[in-house]
Amino acid sequence: MTDSPHTNRSTPKPNEAPKAAGIHPPDQSEIMIRVEGLRFQYGQRVALQDLTLSVARGELFGLLGPNGSGKTTFFRILSTALRPAAGTAAIDGHDLVQNPAAARHRLGVAFQSPSLDGKLSVEENLRYHAYLYGMRGAAMRRRTTVLLERFDLDSRRRERVETLSGGLKRRVELAKALLPKPPLLLLDEPSSGLDPAARLEFWKILDEMRSDEGLTVVVATHSMDEAERCDRIALLDRGRLVVVDTPEALKKEIGGGFLTLHANTDAHALAASIGEQMGIQAAVANGRLRLEAADGLAVAARLMEAFSDRIRSITLGGPTLEDVFLAKTGRRLYSDGGAP
Amino acid sequence: MTVEAGALRLPLVVWSLLAREWLRFLRQRNRIIGALGTPIVFWVVFGSGFGRSFRPPGLAEGMDYLAYFYPGMLLLVLLFTSIFASISIIEDRNTGFLQGVLVAPVPRLAIVLGKVLGGATLGFIQGALLLPLAPLAGIALNFGQVIAICGQMFLIAVTLSSIGFLFAWRTDSVQGFHAVMNLLLFPMWLLSGAFFPASGASIWIQAVMAVNPLAYGLAALRRVMYPPEIVANLGLVGMAPAMIVLAATTAIALALAVLVVRKSEA
Repeated sequence: MTDSPHTNRSTPKPNEAPKAAGIHPPDQSEIMIRVEGLRFQYGQRVALQDLTLSVARGELFGLLGPNGSGKTTFFRILSTALRPAAGTAAIDGHDLVQNPAAARHRLGVAFQSPSLDGKLSVEENLRYHAYLYGMRGAAMRRRTTVLLERFDLDSRRRERVETLSGGLKRRVELAKALLPKPPLLLLDEPSSGLDPAARLEFWKILDEMRSDEGLTVVVATHSMDEAERCDRIALLDRGRLVVVDTPEALKKEIGGGFLTLHANTDAHALAASIGEQMGIQAAVANGRLRLEAADGLAVAARLMEAFSDRIRSITLGGPTLEDVFLAKTGRRLYSDGGAP
Repeated sequence: MTVEAGALRLPLVVWSLLAREWLRFLRQRNRIIGALGTPIVFWVVFGSGFGRSFRPPGLAEGMDYLAYFYPGMLLLVLLFTSIFASISIIEDRNTGFLQGVLVAPVPRLAIVLGKVLGGATLGFIQGALLLPLAPLAGIALNFGQVIAICGQMFLIAVTLSSIGFLFAWRTDSVQGFHAVMNLLLFPMWLLSGAFFPASGASIWIQAVMAVNPLAYGLAALRRVMYPPEIVANLGLVGMAPAMIVLAATTAIALALAVLVVRKSEA
C-alpha cells in the first residue's frame, strides 16, 4: 500500500502515550470527520468513552476492534443512528446533534445487513432512496445508470433484490449509499458474508469510486485484510481508543519476528509445553500458535528439534495487526477460534 | 443534479415511502387476497348465516341486521389494512430497510406520513371497493353519500394507521404486535358499535364505547348511510361531535407518532 498524503508518519516511541500517535491528520483544513470527547452508554454500561480523532478528506479510515470494543457504537453515532451522551462529532463541519439534516446530506451509509427492500427491484430500491435525498428526474436517472454500470448491475436492474446473491445485494447496498453522491461513505463490515472473489470485486469498485469522486471512507471491520487496506486505522478496545496510525507504522512499531505454528495435536497443550520447556509465551488463536521471537529462524529451529512430532508447520513472518492489537491491549482481537 | 430543497422535499419523501408501500402490497398476492377476502367471508357468514336469527338487543325496529353490520364490515377492512401496514414497520426495522430511511436527511414527520398514508390509502381503496355491495345489504347510496362515506373512511383509515404505527414503532416482533392487535385494536372494533348497538349493552360497555374513537367514526358513517328514520332510532351521537372526535383522534395519533419517532433518536 502506498503512503497516503493525509497520514501521520511519525513513528511514536514505545513508551509514549498511545493516543499521541496520529489522532489527527496533519492538514487540519481538510478534515471530513472531527470527533472530540465522544461518549456513549447503554444504561450503566459505558460503550464508548473519551474518543477523540479526526479523519481527512479522501482518507480510507478503518475502525478495528473486537466485539464490544465500541466500534459499532461509534459507527452508529457517525451514521446519526445514535446520539452521543457527551462530546461532539461533526461531518464536514456539521455537528451531528446540532444539525443532523446537514450531516446526513453528506453521508452515505452501507449497512452490514443491507437496508434494501427485497420485494422491490434493484432500480426501484435506488429510485425510492434517491427521493429521500430530494433527487429525481433526469439527474437521478443519470446517476443511477452510472452506478449500475460501475457496479456491473445493469443486467440485474429489473430483478427483485430478494432473488439476488449476498454479494450482489452488498453491491446494490453500496450503489444505494453512493447514489446521492455523498462526500463521506460509512461501511459496516463490508466483507462479512462475502466469498473471497466477491470481496476483491467489492474493494475494486470501491477503490475506483474513491479515485473518481474523492470519497472519504470509514470502514468498521474486524477483518485484517480490510484493515490492511486502510490509510489509517483506529484500534478500539473496551470502548476506548487505543491508537490511531497507519497499518505499516503500527506493525513497524512493535517490530520483531513472529512465528505461526500449526500444531499436529492440541494447540493449547503445545503452547503449555513450549512455555514450560523453552520459557516462550505462545498465544493460541484460530487453532494456531503465535509467538514473538526477535531471532525467528533460530527459535524455529529449536522448536522443530524439541517438538518435531507435534508441529505440522512453522511460518516465519512480520507482525500482523492482530499482533499489534495483542501488544497494545494485552488482549486478542479474536477470541479463540472465532476469527473469520 | 436536481435536488429539491425545503418545502418540496416533504411531499417527495412521503411519496417515496407511500409508493413503496403500494408496490409491496401489489407484489404480495396473499395480502391482496387476505385483505379483500376476509371481510367478504365475514359478511357472508355473519350476514346471511345468523343474520336472520341474530338480532342484538337495541337494534332499531324494522332494521335488517345485514344493513346494520355493513358499515361495521367496512370498518373491519380499514382495521385489517392498518394492521398490515403497521406490521410492515416492524418488518422494515427487522430487515434493515428502516435504518436506511432513518439516516437519510428526511424530516421525521415525512417518515410518519409516508408510512401512515401508505397504509391508509391501501385500506381506503379496499373499503371503497366494497361500497358497491351496499345495495345487497339493503342500503341505497346516492353519489353525494358515496363521496361523504369515502371522506370518512379515509379519515378513519388514517386514524387506525396512525394508532397502529404508534404501537408498532416500539415493537420489535410481529408476535409482539399481535398482542396489541388482540388487546387493543380488535376490541376497539368490537366495541365500536360495529357488531351491536350501544343502547342494548351493559353500562360498562357503553362507557367503553363512549371513549372509543372508532365508535365516533362508525356513528358518522351510519349517519350518512341510513335514512333519517332509522338514524333517529339508533341513538347515535351527532354528526358534528362524531367528526370532531374522529379528526381530533387522527391529529393526536399522528402527533404522538411523530413524537415517538423523534424521541427514539434521542
